[in-house]
Amino acid sequence: MAEQKPSTAIEAVESGLAAQGYIASRQIATAVYLSQQIEKPILVEGPAGVGKTELAKAIAAWRGLKMIRLQCYEGLDEAKALYEWKYAKQLLYTQILKDKLGEVLGGAQTLHAALNQLHDFGDVFFSKEFVEPRPLLQALEQPGGCVLLIDEIDKSDAEFESLLLEILSDFQVTIPELGTVSAITPPTVILTSNSERDLGDALKRRCLHLHIGFPEQRLEERIVESRVPNISQTLRRQMVGFIHEIRSLDLKKLPSVSETIDWARVLVLLQASELDTEIVKDTLNVLLKYEADIEAAQPQITTFIAKAARSNVFG
Amino acid sequence: MRENIHRFFRAARGAGVHVSPAESIDAMRAVAQVGVSDRTILRDALLLTLAKSQDEKLALGDCFDLFFSQPEPRQEQSEADSNDVSEDADQSPSSGEASDASGGSPPAELGPLARMLLSQDRNAITAAIASASGAASLSDIRYSTQRGIFSSRILDAMGLQRLRDDLDELTPTNPALAERLRAALDALREAVRDTVAQGLALYAREEAENLRNEILRNAPLARIERRHVAEMRALIRQIARRLRERYSKPRKRQRRGHLDVRRTLRRNAAWGGIPFLTAWKRKHRDRPKIVALCDVSGSVAQVSDFFLLLIHSLHEVVDDVHSFAFSSHLIEVSDILESKPPEEAMAEIMSKVGFGSSDYGSSLVDFEKEFMSALTPQTTVIVLGDARSNNLDPRADILRRISERSKRLVWLNPEGRLAWGFGDSEMPRYATFCSVVRQCATAQQLERAVSDIVATYQ
Repeated sequence: MAEQKPSTAIEAVESGLAAQGYIASRQIATAVYLSQQIEKPILVEGPAGVGKTELAKAIAAWRGLKMIRLQCYEGLDEAKALYEWKYAKQLLYTQILKDKLGEVLGGAQTLHAALNQLHDFGDVFFSKEFVEPRPLLQALEQPGGCVLLIDEIDKSDAEFESLLLEILSDFQVTIPELGTVSAITPPTVILTSNSERDLGDALKRRCLHLHIGFPEQRLEERIVESRVPNISQTLRRQMVGFIHEIRSLDLKKLPSVSETIDWARVLVLLQASELDTEIVKDTLNVLLKYEADIEAAQPQITTFIAKAARSNVFG
Repeated sequence: MRENIHRFFRAARGAGVHVSPAESIDAMRAVAQVGVSDRTILRDALLLTLAKSQDEKLALGDCFDLFFSQPEPRQEQSEADSNDVSEDADQSPSSGEASDASGGSPPAELGPLARMLLSQDRNAITAAIASASGAASLSDIRYSTQRGIFSSRILDAMGLQRLRDDLDELTPTNPALAERLRAALDALREAVRDTVAQGLALYAREEAENLRNEILRNAPLARIERRHVAEMRALIRQIARRLRERYSKPRKRQRRGHLDVRRTLRRNAAWGGIPFLTAWKRKHRDRPKIVALCDVSGSVAQVSDFFLLLIHSLHEVVDDVHSFAFSSHLIEVSDILESKPPEEAMAEIMSKVGFGSSDYGSSLVDFEKEFMSALTPQTTVIVLGDARSNNLDPRADILRRISERSKRLVWLNPEGRLAWGFGDSEMPRYATFCSVVRQCATAQQLERAVSDIVATYQ
């Protein structure tokens, strides 16, 4: 019974994500299940457009949690990611409270006494009211937990990675003036990366490492089926088969799942009933994003269509 | 099972996957969650927690398949198994004996190993080998030379001694049975050898590679054997990648957080000095500018191969690199190195100026005539060469002018210090004008030297 549990739980994750329109492979479902069980973030790597960001959205929708997204870019720092002091508000308040301060301190006889009285007020101007929470702090403050998506972490600087370490391992941040803020409910953290640069070992160590590659033909067909329901079955098979052939070419940018879905939409819009050379030629720019790639693929179209059709007979 | 998972961690390290204690704890927690009954889920869970890149995932996947293709060594169970088997063995050979009517000594007197072998119960034998290799701690195997000792240890653990005694007893009394037993023993030896070979593949790969790399790193570049050249190239490329990772992104905003009081006051003069707008201190840093002169003459041909490879990678790390190659005359090779993949570029450079006899004097004249303007007060000049000028005029005066015009002049010499100044070496004369002179004969020294140069600009 106890041994049966994990596999059924993983299937539950799979069907839960499927209900949100995200067809997950077994690997992905296992990763989501494990991250929940042992409270570890997931680092998702893979080529662009295979649904890394989509995974976070699907998890949030499935669990009914809020999703907080932090888009990384070069030069992102803690003031934009974690928290910032509301400087203007602090300055404004000091100006407004000037008179009040004078009143309060008026009773003091000596400078020393005034200073002591001032100390008694504590860090009025460095309290919670003056903190502007940014995505990371917001994620920790959600009472019901949330899905925190740290998107394209590879675009940020190496220093920013180190900033994340405390959050990723302990779900807490330390603000020097306020102390340590711990998560009310540990958020589900998803980091995505396009492998633009190698991430630090310290960061990788704290995460489950999930690589999403291009899906297998069957899986991709299911994805298309869920995303573009009104496409006919034969066309779906043909186009997915065709895309798998295209991926065997040596191209600058291989078409990924998002391109497959776009193409399926286009084909439905054009009311194509099956794949032929003409329609592929006309719509190839949906799949391939570089002129050189299109030129490389052009002469192969007819063979690929034939191959895709043949594989359907047996598949 | 826990024992098994731990052995798997070691195997994973052997496969080159970095498994730290913290990671193994995480993996254990994950395994505790998913259980071990479903092998595909177990595989997924281990891949998720241990592997940190796609390459590692592939390596670990293979390792997993190889590892779990072995039967698991079960201590108590295999004990029980072998007992069962020995009982079976008691009956079957004795009945066989009876029907053969050879009337030899009763096999019940044989040791457990002999009975197991005679019964030809393959499962029991594999289980016994597995548990014996556990007892001989096969997972400690590191080098291929240890194969023999581990094989004999495993055989000893299985009770080879007793088997020998049995054989000695049987040979006079029952030669046929002894013959069968001897054949079975040979088969067993083979099986054990295979097990050890597999263990070596599982556990020792990383160690062996580390050892080889360590030796290569410290081997003199000039005397690399031909069969190691490819590995050496890979190693240099690794060094270049490390350099690139460390230095390609400038470390920005090092002094962030320091208020620049003067600029803040000036900027906020309009508000009576109340600092609405803050200004922060910034640190000005030179952009790295490197001019590399590489000797490609016959005397240093083999080393210059690696030098050029490293310069090629320097072009990727630093924006402003001008590189020159010379033997009897000097040409600029920046374009070749930038536009072509390393192997092609090196072949082209070598065909243009390589393998000549070196003439430092005329090469320096060439440099002064055409490229002196490339030098600025921010430039680091690197000269890679042995300073052996075939007794021609060294023209050290040009080197002095180069040194005066540039920020630093670094000379990397593949020869040891002892050889400097002997024969036609002009090193002492050149050395007076260099900011740094280093011996640079091994990959490790090369890495340190280049790393230091790039680091001064950080």
